[in-house]
Amino acid sequence: MAEAPVNDLGLEQDLADAVLGTWAEDTETAVIIAPDRILDVLTRLRDAHGYDFLSNLTCVDYQGYGGKLRGDVSERLEIVYNLYSTRRGGGSVALHVRVPEDDTVPSATSVYPGANLQEREVYDLFGVKFDGHPNLRRILLWDGFHGHPMRKDWHEAYYEEDAKPFRSRHPKGEYEFHEDKLPWSKNTTYPAGWDPDSWQEAVAYVPVSQAPQHENKPHLDTESIVVNLGPHHPSTHGVFRMLTRVEGETILALEPEMGYLHRNHEKIGERNTWLMNMPFTDRLDYLNSMSNNWAYALAVEKLADIEVPERAEYLRVIMAEFTRIVNHAWSIGFILNDLGALQTPALYAIEEREMILDLFEAVSGARMMCNYMRFGGVVRDLPEGWHGQATYLANERLPRALDELDRLLTENEILRARGRGVGYLAVEDLIALSVSGPMIRAGGLAYDIRKAEPYGIYDRFDFDIPTLPNSDIFDRYYIRLLEAKESVRILQQALRDMPEGEILGGRGGYTLRAPEGEVYGRLEAPKGELGFYLASDGKTQPWRYHIRSPSYINLNALGPMSVGYKVADAIVILGAIDIVLGEVDR
Amino acid sequence: MFGTGLLKGLGVTLKHALDTFEDDRESVPDRYRGSLELGNNRRVIQQPIDQEGLLTIQYPEEKRLLPERFRYIPMLIWDSEKQEDRCTACGICAKVCPPQCIWIVRDSDENGKPMTRCSDFYIDAAVCMSCSFCVEFCPFDAIKMNHDYELAVYDRYPQLVYDMAELTVPLEYYAALWPTQYEEEQARRKEEEEQKRKQEEEKAAKAAARAAAKSAAAAEETATAGAAPKRSAAELQALAKERAAQRQAQAADGGGSDDDDAAAAKRARMEELKRRAQERARARKAESGE
Repeated sequence: MAEAPVNDLGLEQDLADAVLGTWAEDTETAVIIAPDRILDVLTRLRDAHGYDFLSNLTCVDYQGYGGKLRGDVSERLEIVYNLYSTRRGGGSVALHVRVPEDDTVPSATSVYPGANLQEREVYDLFGVKFDGHPNLRRILLWDGFHGHPMRKDWHEAYYEEDAKPFRSRHPKGEYEFHEDKLPWSKNTTYPAGWDPDSWQEAVAYVPVSQAPQHENKPHLDTESIVVNLGPHHPSTHGVFRMLTRVEGETILALEPEMGYLHRNHEKIGERNTWLMNMPFTDRLDYLNSMSNNWAYALAVEKLADIEVPERAEYLRVIMAEFTRIVNHAWSIGFILNDLGALQTPALYAIEEREMILDLFEAVSGARMMCNYMRFGGVVRDLPEGWHGQATYLANERLPRALDELDRLLTENEILRARGRGVGYLAVEDLIALSVSGPMIRAGGLAYDIRKAEPYGIYDRFDFDIPTLPNSDIFDRYYIRLLEAKESVRILQQALRDMPEGEILGGRGGYTLRAPEGEVYGRLEAPKGELGFYLASDGKTQPWRYHIRSPSYINLNALGPMSVGYKVADAIVILGAIDIVLGEVDR
Repeated sequence: MFGTGLLKGLGVTLKHALDTFEDDRESVPDRYRGSLELGNNRRVIQQPIDQEGLLTIQYPEEKRLLPERFRYIPMLIWDSEKQEDRCTACGICAKVCPPQCIWIVRDSDENGKPMTRCSDFYIDAAVCMSCSFCVEFCPFDAIKMNHDYELAVYDRYPQLVYDMAELTVPLEYYAALWPTQYEEEQARRKEEEEQKRKQEEEKAAKAAARAAAKSAAAAEETATAGAAPKRSAAELQALAKERAAQRQAQAADGGGSDDDDAAAAKRARMEELKRRAQERARARKAESGE
């Protein structure tokens, strides 16, 4: 029994027996909990200790793990919960639950409804069943997929080896193309008892996860029908499907369907060496590659304890804040697009985006796939003239452009009529649904990781966290404009104060072997909390590489927010969540 | 009052429309300030950051000026000064490549002994993710990022699998694309070579001095002992070093007829590579129906 963490958490004596041990000694509080007591512990942490935000829920397959056994529990699969307090800020409590292969775990959805999508993902990729989950179906893969690909004994089809670098990419001495061999031919196996010919996609589950607000109208003989919005529709911002049950124009229930862009980024990440994952993170939320780079670098630096030079910290802040402006401008433009203001606001909003992307290209070599950060700093110093251009942009052009956008849109009566009161969800519900980022700040909660748990050098800058009270579409539009303005403030300070010096600290190269352990690193990406959960067994590849992506988890709120509004509103409600499918499907 | 917000917004768009209209009436519109005129409506556009608005680039007549660090598909450097490929087939680029798109065939001499150069080098451009790790980790400055982005073809294979002939470019091409980096690199390489040369010279000088001292001592010894003079091991070593230095000096001067032959062969190979690349480009054009 580990005494210290129990006392840290202040768990009363009746829950002390739930704690089986500590996960690691020198990290933030991380304890191993007995599977059947997990709900009690979660409830206690939420109600008595203010850990109201289930940030990350994922699973690790420890079959064949070379590292040390923890807490005397040697079961194969481990569910990890990272909890935070949005009121207090600060670090996390990590709970670990270990279960054998075919066992079930009580679903956390009754305590944290936000566990919904994350538990489905774990079920899909690891095959862990959650007792009491309202809608436990596959989410990223389809029903006819055989096996659970994130398990260590599931091997990727037709790849030569499990870890990079391959001994040979071309073992037969010539090129072989995977598309010549893949799918629907030799490789296709189906789950037992599953027949591709007789399979029909079930639509009955539509109202399952949200109770429809179905009013009885005796004088009208109406019937609700199921309507698909997407997947091939521009309003879904990619390839994304909303399965809705509607009565007339009113939405009774809405279920997000995703996975069309799924490439199992995490499996690829476990075959790659640590550094090789860096350019892959660009492709997650491809509008914000700089933030993604930083989040991954931050997690690995935390794990391997790598120092970052001063100048690199400033460069990171500058790039991340430029990225935030890019993202918010894009998001504003496309919320308006979804409202029916086709193209004009979008084009006005992304004008300065081009300038910023040109700057990114000048410094990193690519507009969007920047691949700019490394463990221990950034890879290239600024080219000549860059600082002057960026300073001009931050001091002159961006403030002017944001003000113009404000004039163009904010007082627009149509925007207000369409946006006010639409898509309302109380901020408490949003937090319970694990929603993060501008969405909760538009609901009045000033929770921003840059202030709540400062990373990098954010504690040096003078900036505010804007909040708005109404938690509707209009506020979600306007909060992004306000945040972009705050980003400009940070940029001005960072560009002014940036020192000369080193940009890349030592030993983060391609031979990096991160020390054994686990880490959850997170930062405030433009779309919300972007976290990387990494586990290492001291090898050149991550043992577990998980991305807590804000786009994906914010979709928890899509159904509850859309119920009761019109179909046309659902489009904007989705737009105001601001998703990028590269990150949703991973 | 209801409608003022709308009017305000319309005012913003109207102002933009008027500004653009006014600019269009100039003989050379302001939006082409900073651009390079190539004639025949062709331009290289570089929009100054303080220029209002954002201009539409009429691709393909107009193209954007790419920044030096722009990265697309890697290219291999043919060192035109030394008349050789810089690549030594060490394989680091293939190791660090995240999608593993590089395939190197190491060359071997007639006895089957592997040599420090590659006989072929393939990059699958359909797989390459333009991350530029190969460039970052190449210890010989042998692989760099090309700026050529107009690579569209009808088929992935074999058109997008580039072989060594298609990937190789002369050093001057790289110097033109990456001027700043090239300068820095050349300076660094020169310095390194200088240091290496100096070290070797010092070593040789030291060894020679040692050998001279020793031989003098030995001569004295032999003179006193009356035995036949013999070359000591240190002496032999010094002589070998001297010869090596001589050979090196010769090579640097482009001396010896053997070296001439080798250089000619290399040049011929380079020409052959270029010819093959051109042929391939022609074939590709013909295939794509241009």
